[in-house]
Amino acid sequence: MSMDRRQFLKIAGISSILGFGASVASATHTIWEPGLKPPQVEPNPDGLIAKRWAMVVDMSKFKTDEDIKKVTTACHQTHNVPDFRNPDGTVDKKFEIKWIWEEPFGRTFPGSENKFMSEHIKDMPFIVLCNHCDNPPCVRVCPTQATFKLPNGITMQDMHRCIGCRFCMAACPYGARSFNWTDPRKAINPATENKAYPTRTKGVVEKCTFCTERLQFGKIPACVEAAPKGAMFFGDIEDPNSEVRKIVTSQLTIRRKPELGTGPAVYYVIGGSDHA
Amino acid sequence: MKLYDGGKILIGLMVFVGIATFPFYYNIGKVDTKPELKTDTPAIQAWEKQYGKKECVESKEYMRSEHMQLLNNWRDSVVRDMNRQYVSMTSGKKFNMSLQNGCLNCHSNKKQFCDQCHNYMAVKPYCFDCHIQPMEKEENKS
Repeated sequence: MSMDRRQFLKIAGISSILGFGASVASATHTIWEPGLKPPQVEPNPDGLIAKRWAMVVDMSKFKTDEDIKKVTTACHQTHNVPDFRNPDGTVDKKFEIKWIWEEPFGRTFPGSENKFMSEHIKDMPFIVLCNHCDNPPCVRVCPTQATFKLPNGITMQDMHRCIGCRFCMAACPYGARSFNWTDPRKAINPATENKAYPTRTKGVVEKCTFCTERLQFGKIPACVEAAPKGAMFFGDIEDPNSEVRKIVTSQLTIRRKPELGTGPAVYYVIGGSDHA
Repeated sequence: MKLYDGGKILIGLMVFVGIATFPFYYNIGKVDTKPELKTDTPAIQAWEKQYGKKECVESKEYMRSEHMQLLNNWRDSVVRDMNRQYVSMTSGKKFNMSLQNGCLNCHSNKKQFCDQCHNYMAVKPYCFDCHIQPMEKEENKS
């Protein structure tokens, strides 16, 4: 069979169009297809439901270091977060895993401090955690979709899929993610271990999940439960009657690094008035 | 035909055959013991009392061949779709989709249940690297 130049170009052109079309078509199919669909699976009827979960933290209600410690311990024990210590009892910064922890004002709200601001606020420890952003950079960079957005606004983490590349840690502007450099079970006290929640394994990244597993069984997050009265609120910010919405509407609240456009869902009250 | 160095060759051959077949006669009577699963934990006995029979989420045959697939689907459904309840195709009963708080509640004897087949088949699922296995009595250790 002989072919002239014109015929060859025609065939080459048509086949490249077909090939390009096929690659586009295959790229639009969803990466993940659920193996079980309703009605074979259903949410727990007692679960708490929201359009957009959010949290308000009123730092003035934390009177002592003990109050803060209670909150962080409650979270870390509920989720079997390891506690790596140096031989002298200080936190081993190399292996430290944190879901909720404290930072000074300057590192919580960088750029907001000034030379004359009250020493009290400057030195006050702030409770910080994952902000469950509207537009989370960690989700955008995750190559395996191990971290992803739930429809209720929670930035969730699927430990089974995490390959430990730590892109999310580099992307998160809040330092909310920790990497398991070694087997975390070494640093979990078997006496206080939560038998109803898994641990993690070496080589995955972990962070706060807004207690997704507790919400699904009708319980509010462990930190909010352990906080002093009126210090932490949790609720649906899209619901005009929710506590968090009322606080955010009625007074000045600040969020961490809003200028980055991540849309954090953890709001801070600095003043000392009573609310809600 | 003459075999040069016949003695050395024959000895060499015998040594070779001996080494090559070593795994077979070394394991005679060892690995052909069938796995024995125990389904007599207190939770299963209580279930039997209440419902009159032993039953799992799905039929025994389905669970035997498909439990890995089912667990994978459960995991995706819980973590990514926020579902928590599984409706059984066999009995219509609802089950909490959870390895640690579901399966292992009844099968609290991992060493005499999960491990039996997994060891026999030489598979090493990494479920229990994270999911905490129930405490078992010393006497259950194999």
